[in-house]
Amino acid sequence: MTFLGLLERHPSHGYDLKRDYDVFFGRGKPLPFGQVYSTLSRLARDGKVVISEVEPGAGPDRKRYVITDLGATEVEQWLTQPVEPEPNLQSVLFSKVVLSLMLDRSAEDYLDLQRRAHLERMRELTAVKRAGGLVDLLLADHSLYHLEADLRWIEMTAARLDALKKAVRP
Amino acid sequence: MDRDDRSTARRPEKGGAAVTVALEARDVEYSFGSTPALRGASVAVEAGEILAIMGPSGSGKSTLLHCLAGILVPSAGQIHLGETRLDTMTETQRSVLRRQRFGFVFQFGQLVPELTAAENVALPLLLNGVRRAPAMREADGWFERLDLGGLQSRRSGELSGGQAQRVALARALVAKPEMLFADEPTGALDSLTGEHVMDLLVDAARGQGTTVILVTHEARVAAYADREAIVRDGRVTVLDRIPS
Ligand SMILES: Nc1ncnc2c1ncn2[C@@H]1O[C@H](COP(=O)(O)OP(=O)(O)OP(=O)(O)O)[C@@H](O)[C@H]1O
Ligand SMILES: [Mg+2]
Repeated sequence: MTFLGLLERHPSHGYDLKRDYDVFFGRGKPLPFGQVYSTLSRLARDGKVVISEVEPGAGPDRKRYVITDLGATEVEQWLTQPVEPEPNLQSVLFSKVVLSLMLDRSAEDYLDLQRRAHLERMRELTAVKRAGGLVDLLLADHSLYHLEADLRWIEMTAARLDALKKAVRP
Repeated sequence: MDRDDRSTARRPEKGGAAVTVALEARDVEYSFGSTPALRGASVAVEAGEILAIMGPSGSGKSTLLHCLAGILVPSAGQIHLGETRLDTMTETQRSVLRRQRFGFVFQFGQLVPELTAAENVALPLLLNGVRRAPAMREADGWFERLDLGGLQSRRSGELSGGQAQRVALARALVAKPEMLFADEPTGALDSLTGEHVMDLLVDAARGQGTTVILVTHEARVAAYADREAIVRDGRVTVLDRIPS
Protein backbone atom coordinates (compact mmCIF):
# COMPACT_ATOMS: atom_id res chain seq x y z
CA MET A 1 0.00 0.00 0.00
CA THR A 2 2.88 2.32 0.75
CA PHE A 3 4.25 1.89 -2.76
CA LEU A 4 0.85 2.56 -4.28
CA GLY A 5 0.58 5.71 -2.19
CA LEU A 6 4.02 6.87 -3.29
CA LEU A 7 3.07 6.24 -6.92
CA GLU A 8 -0.12 8.26 -6.47
CA ARG A 9 2.11 11.35 -6.20
CA HIS A 10 3.71 10.80 -9.62
CA PRO A 11 4.99 7.94 -11.78
CA SER A 12 8.37 6.70 -10.56
CA HIS A 13 11.21 4.35 -11.29
CA GLY A 14 11.71 1.47 -8.90
CA TYR A 15 14.90 3.05 -7.65
CA ASP A 16 13.18 6.32 -6.67
CA LEU A 17 10.41 4.44 -4.91
CA LYS A 18 12.93 2.50 -2.87
CA ARG A 19 14.75 5.69 -1.94
CA ASP A 20 11.57 7.47 -0.76
CA TYR A 21 10.40 4.36 1.05
CA ASP A 22 13.71 4.06 2.88
CA VAL A 23 13.66 7.75 3.89
CA PHE A 24 10.14 7.83 5.27
CA PHE A 25 9.14 4.28 6.13
CA GLY A 26 12.33 2.18 6.22
CA ARG A 27 13.22 3.03 9.82
CA GLY A 28 16.88 2.20 9.34
CA LYS A 29 16.22 -1.02 7.40
CA PRO A 30 16.63 -0.33 3.68
CA LEU A 31 14.30 -2.37 1.50
CA PRO A 32 16.13 -4.95 -0.64
CA PHE A 33 15.81 -4.25 -4.39
CA GLY A 34 14.45 -7.74 -4.89
CA GLN A 35 11.49 -6.95 -2.67
CA VAL A 36 10.89 -3.64 -4.46
CA TYR A 37 10.59 -5.33 -7.83
CA SER A 38 8.58 -8.30 -6.61
CA THR A 39 6.10 -5.90 -4.98
CA LEU A 40 5.90 -3.81 -8.15
CA SER A 41 5.32 -6.83 -10.38
CA ARG A 42 2.60 -8.08 -8.04
CA LEU A 43 0.92 -4.64 -8.26
CA ALA A 44 1.27 -4.76 -12.07
CA ARG A 45 -0.19 -8.27 -12.18
CA ASP A 46 -3.19 -7.09 -10.07
CA GLY A 47 -3.74 -4.16 -12.43
CA LYS A 48 -2.97 -1.49 -9.83
CA VAL A 49 0.05 -0.13 -11.72
CA VAL A 50 1.20 -0.24 -15.32
CA ILE A 51 4.66 0.08 -16.76
CA SER A 52 4.66 3.25 -18.81
CA GLU A 53 7.77 3.04 -20.91
CA VAL A 54 10.80 0.91 -21.27
CA GLU A 55 13.71 3.12 -22.10
CA PRO A 56 16.52 1.96 -24.38
CA GLY A 57 18.92 -0.41 -22.70
CA ALA A 58 16.05 -1.91 -20.72
CA GLY A 59 17.27 -3.07 -17.34
CA PRO A 60 14.79 -3.21 -14.46
CA ASP A 61 15.66 0.40 -13.58
CA ARG A 62 14.51 1.76 -16.92
CA LYS A 63 10.84 1.05 -16.21
CA ARG A 64 8.54 3.76 -14.96
CA TYR A 65 5.55 2.66 -12.93
CA VAL A 66 2.22 4.51 -13.20
CA ILE A 67 -0.73 4.01 -10.88
CA THR A 68 -4.04 2.89 -12.47
CA ASP A 69 -7.56 3.97 -11.51
CA LEU A 70 -7.90 0.72 -9.61
CA GLY A 71 -4.72 1.47 -7.68
CA ALA A 72 -5.73 5.07 -6.99
CA THR A 73 -9.12 3.95 -5.69
CA GLU A 74 -7.39 1.57 -3.34
CA VAL A 75 -5.16 4.34 -1.99
CA GLU A 76 -8.19 6.59 -1.58
CA GLN A 77 -10.05 3.94 0.41
CA TRP A 78 -7.06 3.13 2.55
CA LEU A 79 -6.46 6.76 3.51
CA THR A 80 -10.07 7.41 4.45
CA GLN A 81 -10.47 4.38 6.72
CA PRO A 82 -9.33 4.40 10.33
CA VAL A 83 -7.12 1.49 11.30
CA GLU A 84 -8.83 -1.11 13.46
CA PRO A 85 -7.80 0.03 16.94
CA GLU A 86 -5.55 -2.56 18.53
CA PRO A 87 -2.19 -2.33 20.28
CA ASN A 88 1.02 -1.78 18.28
CA LEU A 89 -0.24 0.16 15.32
CA GLN A 90 2.39 2.83 15.17
CA SER A 91 3.79 2.04 11.74
CA VAL A 92 0.39 1.95 10.00
CA LEU A 93 -0.79 5.15 11.70
CA PHE A 94 2.46 6.81 10.74
CA SER A 95 2.24 5.66 7.11
CA LYS A 96 -1.28 7.02 6.77
CA VAL A 97 -0.26 10.39 8.13
CA VAL A 98 2.83 10.69 5.94
CA LEU A 99 1.06 9.54 2.79
CA SER A 100 -1.85 11.90 3.44
CA LEU A 101 0.61 14.78 3.59
CA MET A 102 2.51 13.59 0.51
CA LEU A 103 -0.71 13.41 -1.45
CA ASP A 104 -1.80 16.82 -0.15
CA ARG A 105 -4.78 15.44 1.70
CA SER A 106 -5.93 16.42 5.14
CA ALA A 107 -3.87 14.42 7.60
CA GLU A 108 -5.89 16.23 10.27
CA ASP A 109 -9.10 14.65 9.01
CA TYR A 110 -7.48 11.26 9.08
CA LEU A 111 -6.21 11.80 12.63
CA ASP A 112 -9.69 12.94 13.72
CA LEU A 113 -11.16 9.79 12.27
CA GLN A 114 -8.55 7.64 13.94
CA ARG A 115 -9.05 9.40 17.27
CA ARG A 116 -12.73 8.75 16.99
CA ALA A 117 -12.19 5.05 16.23
CA HIS A 118 -9.80 4.74 19.16
CA LEU A 119 -12.17 6.43 21.58
CA GLU A 120 -15.02 4.25 20.39
CA ARG A 121 -12.96 1.14 21.07
CA MET A 122 -11.89 2.50 24.46
CA ARG A 123 -15.53 3.05 25.33
CA GLU A 124 -16.32 -0.57 24.48
CA LEU A 125 -13.40 -1.78 26.56
CA THR A 126 -14.45 0.42 29.48
CA ALA A 127 -17.93 -1.10 29.32
CA VAL A 128 -16.44 -4.62 29.28
CA LYS A 129 -14.30 -3.68 32.21
CA ARG A 130 -17.19 -2.30 34.26
CA ALA A 131 -19.36 -5.33 33.57
CA GLY A 132 -16.82 -8.14 33.80
CA GLY A 133 -14.71 -9.88 36.39
CA LEU A 134 -11.11 -9.30 37.38
CA VAL A 135 -9.61 -11.14 34.39
CA ASP A 136 -11.69 -9.16 31.89
CA LEU A 137 -10.76 -6.01 33.72
CA LEU A 138 -7.03 -6.66 33.59
CA LEU A 139 -7.10 -7.64 29.94
CA ALA A 140 -9.22 -4.62 29.03
CA ASP A 141 -6.81 -2.41 30.99
CA HIS A 142 -3.87 -3.68 28.99
CA SER A 143 -5.58 -2.72 25.72
CA LEU A 144 -6.80 0.58 27.15
CA TYR A 145 -3.30 1.67 28.13
CA HIS A 146 -1.94 0.81 24.70
CA LEU A 147 -4.75 2.60 22.90
CA GLU A 148 -4.20 5.57 25.17
CA ALA A 149 -0.55 5.60 24.12
CA ASP A 150 -1.66 5.63 20.46
CA LEU A 151 -3.99 8.51 21.23
CA ARG A 152 -1.22 10.51 22.82
CA TRP A 153 0.83 9.95 19.71
CA ILE A 154 -2.16 11.08 17.63
CA GLU A 155 -2.39 14.31 19.68
CA MET A 156 1.32 15.03 19.42
CA THR A 157 1.34 14.32 15.71
CA ALA A 158 -1.70 16.53 15.15
CA ALA A 159 0.19 19.33 16.89
CA ARG A 160 3.23 18.76 14.66
CA LEU A 161 1.57 18.35 11.28
CA ASP A 162 2.90 21.61 9.88
CA ALA A 163 6.47 20.63 10.64
CA LEU A 164 5.93 17.13 9.26
CA LYS A 165 4.39 18.52 6.11
CA LYS A 166 7.52 20.55 5.45
CA ALA A 167 9.66 17.44 5.89
CA VAL A 168 7.50 15.36 3.58
CA ARG A 169 6.88 17.92 0.83
CA PRO A 170 10.03 20.00 0.69
CA MET B 1 -29.13 13.52 14.21
CA ASP B 2 -30.09 16.72 12.49
CA ARG B 3 -27.71 19.31 13.85
CA ASP B 4 -29.22 22.15 11.87
CA ASP B 5 -32.73 21.99 13.25
CA ARG B 6 -32.25 24.51 15.98
CA SER B 7 -35.74 25.84 16.38
CA THR B 8 -36.84 23.73 19.32
CA ALA B 9 -35.30 21.80 22.14
CA ARG B 10 -36.69 18.55 20.80
CA ARG B 11 -35.54 17.27 17.51
CA PRO B 12 -35.91 14.07 15.58
CA GLU B 13 -33.22 11.44 15.71
CA LYS B 14 -32.40 9.11 12.86
CA GLY B 15 -34.79 6.38 13.98
CA GLY B 16 -37.61 8.91 14.37
CA ALA B 17 -37.55 8.84 18.18
CA ALA B 18 -37.38 12.30 19.74
CA VAL B 19 -34.23 13.24 21.61
CA THR B 20 -34.45 15.83 24.36
CA VAL B 21 -31.60 18.30 24.34
CA ALA B 22 -30.84 19.17 27.94
CA LEU B 23 -28.33 21.94 27.35
CA GLU B 24 -26.95 23.58 24.26
CA ALA B 25 -24.38 26.23 23.38
CA ARG B 26 -24.94 27.96 20.05
CA ASP B 27 -22.11 29.91 18.43
CA VAL B 28 -20.79 31.00 21.78
CA GLU B 29 -17.99 33.56 21.97
CA TYR B 30 -16.05 34.60 25.04
CA SER B 31 -12.87 36.62 25.58
CA PHE B 32 -10.70 37.28 28.61
CA GLY B 33 -9.74 40.88 27.89
CA SER B 34 -8.27 40.73 24.42
CA THR B 35 -7.69 36.94 24.53
CA PRO B 36 -10.46 35.15 22.67
CA ALA B 37 -11.14 31.84 24.46
CA LEU B 38 -14.28 30.76 22.56
CA ARG B 39 -14.86 31.71 18.92
CA GLY B 40 -18.24 30.37 17.96
CA ALA B 41 -18.46 27.15 19.99
CA SER B 42 -21.57 25.02 19.52
CA VAL B 43 -22.37 21.82 21.36
CA ALA B 44 -25.49 20.08 22.63
CA VAL B 45 -25.94 17.44 25.29
CA GLU B 46 -28.97 15.17 25.47
CA ALA B 47 -30.88 14.54 28.65
CA GLY B 48 -29.30 11.69 30.60
CA GLU B 49 -26.23 11.67 28.41
CA ILE B 50 -22.61 11.80 29.57
CA LEU B 51 -20.63 14.04 27.22
CA ALA B 52 -16.86 14.30 27.39
CA ILE B 53 -15.24 17.56 26.29
CA MET B 54 -11.67 16.99 25.17
CA GLY B 55 -9.01 19.09 23.50
CA PRO B 56 -5.56 20.58 23.95
CA SER B 57 -4.60 22.75 26.90
CA GLY B 58 -5.79 26.32 26.45
CA SER B 59 -8.30 25.37 23.73
CA GLY B 60 -11.25 26.69 25.75
CA LYS B 61 -12.68 23.59 27.46
CA SER B 62 -13.07 25.12 30.91
CA THR B 63 -14.38 28.37 29.47
CA LEU B 64 -17.00 26.45 27.51
CA LEU B 65 -18.00 24.51 30.62
CA HIS B 66 -18.30 27.74 32.59
CA CYS B 67 -20.49 29.30 29.87
CA LEU B 68 -22.70 26.20 29.74
CA ALA B 69 -23.03 26.26 33.52
CA GLY B 70 -23.98 29.94 33.68
CA ILE B 71 -20.82 30.90 35.55
CA LEU B 72 -19.57 33.03 32.65
CA VAL B 73 -21.85 34.95 30.29
CA PRO B 74 -20.89 34.67 26.62
CA SER B 75 -20.27 37.91 24.72
CA ALA B 76 -22.10 36.43 21.72
CA GLY B 77 -24.18 33.33 21.08
CA GLN B 78 -26.76 31.60 23.23
CA ILE B 79 -27.02 29.00 25.98
CA HIS B 80 -30.27 27.04 26.02
CA LEU B 81 -31.28 24.98 29.04
CA GLY B 82 -34.32 23.13 27.71
CA GLU B 83 -36.73 25.94 26.86
CA THR B 84 -34.91 28.60 28.91
CA ARG B 85 -32.16 30.98 27.81
CA LEU B 86 -29.38 31.01 30.33
CA ASP B 87 -27.30 33.76 28.75
CA THR B 88 -30.01 36.40 29.12
CA MET B 89 -30.69 35.76 32.81
CA THR B 90 -29.54 38.09 35.56
CA GLU B 91 -26.66 37.08 37.79
CA THR B 92 -29.13 36.38 40.62
CA GLN B 93 -31.29 34.14 38.44
CA ARG B 94 -28.25 32.23 37.27
CA SER B 95 -26.94 31.75 40.77
CA VAL B 96 -30.32 30.38 41.93
CA LEU B 97 -30.37 28.08 38.93
CA ARG B 98 -26.85 26.82 39.61
CA ARG B 99 -27.71 26.14 43.23
CA GLN B 100 -31.01 24.37 42.54
CA ARG B 101 -30.44 22.51 39.30
CA PHE B 102 -26.68 22.10 38.76
CA GLY B 103 -23.87 20.25 40.50
CA PHE B 104 -20.14 20.90 40.14
CA VAL B 105 -16.92 18.94 40.60
CA PHE B 106 -13.55 20.49 39.85
CA GLN B 107 -10.00 19.20 39.68
CA PHE B 108 -9.31 20.09 43.30
CA GLY B 109 -12.38 19.22 45.35
CA GLN B 110 -12.83 22.78 46.66
CA LEU B 111 -14.49 21.68 49.88
CA VAL B 112 -15.16 24.29 52.55
CA PRO B 113 -12.25 23.71 54.98
CA GLU B 114 -14.14 24.92 58.07
CA LEU B 115 -16.90 22.34 57.63
CA THR B 116 -16.80 18.60 58.24
CA ALA B 117 -17.03 16.28 55.25
CA ALA B 118 -20.69 15.53 56.11
CA GLU B 119 -21.53 19.24 56.38
CA ASN B 120 -19.86 19.84 53.03
CA VAL B 121 -22.05 17.20 51.42
CA ALA B 122 -25.19 18.55 53.12
CA LEU B 123 -24.37 22.14 52.10
CA PRO B 124 -26.33 22.27 48.82
CA LEU B 125 -29.42 20.92 50.61
CA LEU B 126 -29.05 23.45 53.44
CA LEU B 127 -28.65 26.27 50.90
CA ASN B 128 -31.82 25.08 49.20
CA GLY B 129 -33.75 25.34 52.44
CA VAL B 130 -33.76 21.73 53.62
CA ARG B 131 -33.68 21.53 57.43
CA ARG B 132 -30.47 20.39 59.04
CA ALA B 133 -31.52 16.97 60.35
CA PRO B 134 -32.91 15.60 57.07
CA ALA B 135 -30.03 17.23 55.15
CA MET B 136 -27.43 15.52 57.34
CA ARG B 137 -29.29 12.20 57.05
CA GLU B 138 -29.31 12.47 53.27
CA ALA B 139 -25.61 13.40 53.27
CA ASP B 140 -24.86 10.40 55.47
CA GLY B 141 -26.35 8.03 52.88
CA TRP B 142 -23.80 9.24 50.33
CA PHE B 143 -20.87 8.26 52.54
CA GLU B 144 -21.85 4.60 52.32
CA ARG B 145 -22.56 4.79 48.60
CA LEU B 146 -19.18 6.32 47.84
CA ASP B 147 -17.14 4.05 50.16
CA LEU B 148 -16.50 6.90 52.57
CA GLY B 149 -18.01 5.29 55.66
CA GLY B 150 -16.51 6.69 58.89
CA LEU B 151 -15.11 9.88 57.34
CA GLN B 152 -18.18 12.04 58.01
CA SER B 153 -16.63 14.18 60.72
CA ARG B 154 -13.22 14.75 59.09
CA ARG B 155 -12.34 18.16 57.72
CA SER B 156 -11.04 18.52 54.15
CA GLY B 157 -7.44 18.82 55.35
CA GLU B 158 -7.76 15.37 56.91
CA LEU B 159 -8.86 13.60 53.71
CA SER B 160 -6.71 12.09 50.93
CA GLY B 161 -7.13 13.54 47.44
CA GLY B 162 -9.29 10.63 46.34
CA GLN B 163 -11.47 10.81 49.45
CA ALA B 164 -11.88 14.58 49.10
CA GLN B 165 -12.85 14.14 45.47
CA ARG B 166 -15.52 11.59 46.40
CA VAL B 167 -16.84 13.96 49.06
CA ALA B 168 -16.97 16.68 46.38
CA LEU B 169 -18.84 14.27 44.11
CA ALA B 170 -21.36 13.52 46.85
CA ARG B 171 -21.82 17.25 47.40
CA ALA B 172 -22.35 17.79 43.67
CA LEU B 173 -25.01 15.09 43.44
CA VAL B 174 -26.78 15.26 46.81
CA ALA B 175 -29.42 17.72 45.63
CA LYS B 176 -30.19 15.48 42.61
CA PRO B 177 -29.19 18.07 40.02
CA GLU B 178 -30.34 17.85 36.41
CA MET B 179 -26.82 18.63 35.23
CA LEU B 180 -23.43 17.71 36.63
CA PHE B 181 -20.45 19.78 35.44
CA ALA B 182 -17.09 18.13 36.05
CA ASP B 183 -13.81 19.81 35.09
CA GLU B 184 -10.90 17.35 35.22
CA PRO B 185 -12.46 15.55 38.19
CA THR B 186 -9.66 12.98 38.23
CA GLY B 187 -6.88 15.37 37.21
CA ALA B 188 -5.17 15.31 40.60
CA LEU B 189 -5.62 11.59 41.27
CA ASP B 190 -3.57 8.50 40.40
CA SER B 191 -5.01 6.10 37.79
CA LEU B 192 -6.62 3.66 40.18
CA THR B 193 -8.19 6.32 42.40
CA GLY B 194 -9.31 8.26 39.33
CA GLU B 195 -10.97 5.16 37.99
CA HIS B 196 -12.77 4.61 41.27
CA VAL B 197 -14.07 8.19 41.23
CA MET B 198 -15.21 7.79 37.60
CA ASP B 199 -16.98 4.48 38.36
CA LEU B 200 -18.86 6.14 41.19
CA LEU B 201 -19.59 9.29 39.20
CA VAL B 202 -21.03 7.36 36.27
CA ASP B 203 -23.07 4.98 38.45
CA ALA B 204 -24.46 7.81 40.56
CA ALA B 205 -25.29 10.04 37.57
CA ARG B 206 -26.95 7.19 35.67
CA GLY B 207 -28.75 6.13 38.84
CA GLN B 208 -30.50 9.46 39.23
CA GLY B 209 -30.68 10.44 35.55
CA THR B 210 -28.27 13.35 35.86
CA THR B 211 -26.86 14.67 32.57
CA VAL B 212 -23.09 15.01 32.77
CA ILE B 213 -20.63 17.31 31.03
CA LEU B 214 -17.15 16.08 31.73
CA VAL B 215 -14.05 18.05 30.75
CA THR B 216 -10.96 15.87 30.54
CA HIS B 217 -7.82 15.53 28.51
CA GLU B 218 -7.47 11.87 29.48
CA ALA B 219 -8.84 9.41 26.96
CA ARG B 220 -9.36 6.74 29.60
CA VAL B 221 -11.61 9.13 31.49
CA ALA B 222 -13.43 10.23 28.33
CA ALA B 223 -14.08 6.55 27.60
CA TYR B 224 -16.65 6.57 30.43
CA ALA B 225 -18.77 9.04 28.44
CA ASP B 226 -21.34 8.24 25.76
CA ARG B 227 -19.82 10.66 23.28
CA GLU B 228 -17.06 13.22 23.00
CA ALA B 229 -16.74 16.73 21.66
CA ILE B 230 -13.31 18.09 20.80
CA VAL B 231 -12.50 21.76 21.44
CA ARG B 232 -9.82 23.35 19.29
CA ASP B 233 -9.01 27.05 19.22
CA GLY B 234 -12.30 27.95 20.85
CA ARG B 235 -14.47 25.91 18.50
CA VAL B 236 -16.06 22.49 18.86
CA THR B 237 -15.68 19.55 16.51
CA VAL B 238 -18.25 16.86 17.10
CA LEU B 239 -17.25 14.03 14.84
CA ASP B 240 -19.99 11.92 13.48
CA ARG B 241 -19.87 8.19 13.21
CA ILE B 242 -16.97 6.46 11.52
CA PRO B 243 -17.75 5.85 7.86
CA SER B 244 -17.91 2.09 7.36
N1 LIG C 1 -9.08 34.01 34.02
C1 LIG C 1 -8.49 34.14 32.85
N2 LIG C 1 -7.90 35.29 32.47
C2 LIG C 1 -7.31 35.44 31.26
N3 LIG C 1 -7.24 34.50 30.33
C3 LIG C 1 -7.80 33.31 30.62
C4 LIG C 1 -8.45 33.06 31.88
N4 LIG C 1 -8.90 31.79 31.88
C5 LIG C 1 -8.56 31.28 30.68
N5 LIG C 1 -7.90 32.18 29.91
C6 LIG C 1 -7.40 31.96 28.54
O1 LIG C 1 -8.48 31.50 27.73
C7 LIG C 1 -8.06 30.44 26.88
C8 LIG C 1 -8.89 29.19 27.15
O2 LIG C 1 -8.66 28.77 28.47
P1 LIG C 1 -9.37 27.54 29.15
O3 LIG C 1 -9.07 27.58 30.60
O4 LIG C 1 -10.80 27.50 28.75
O5 LIG C 1 -8.62 26.32 28.45
P2 LIG C 1 -8.70 24.76 28.73
O6 LIG C 1 -9.01 24.11 27.44
O7 LIG C 1 -9.59 24.49 29.88
O8 LIG C 1 -7.18 24.42 29.12
P3 LIG C 1 -6.59 23.35 30.19
O9 LIG C 1 -6.68 22.00 29.53
O10 LIG C 1 -5.17 23.79 30.32
O11 LIG C 1 -7.38 23.47 31.44
C9 LIG C 1 -6.57 30.28 27.12
O12 LIG C 1 -5.89 31.01 26.14
C10 LIG C 1 -6.35 30.89 28.49
O13 LIG C 1 -5.07 31.42 28.58
MG1 LIG D 1 -9.30 23.78 31.87
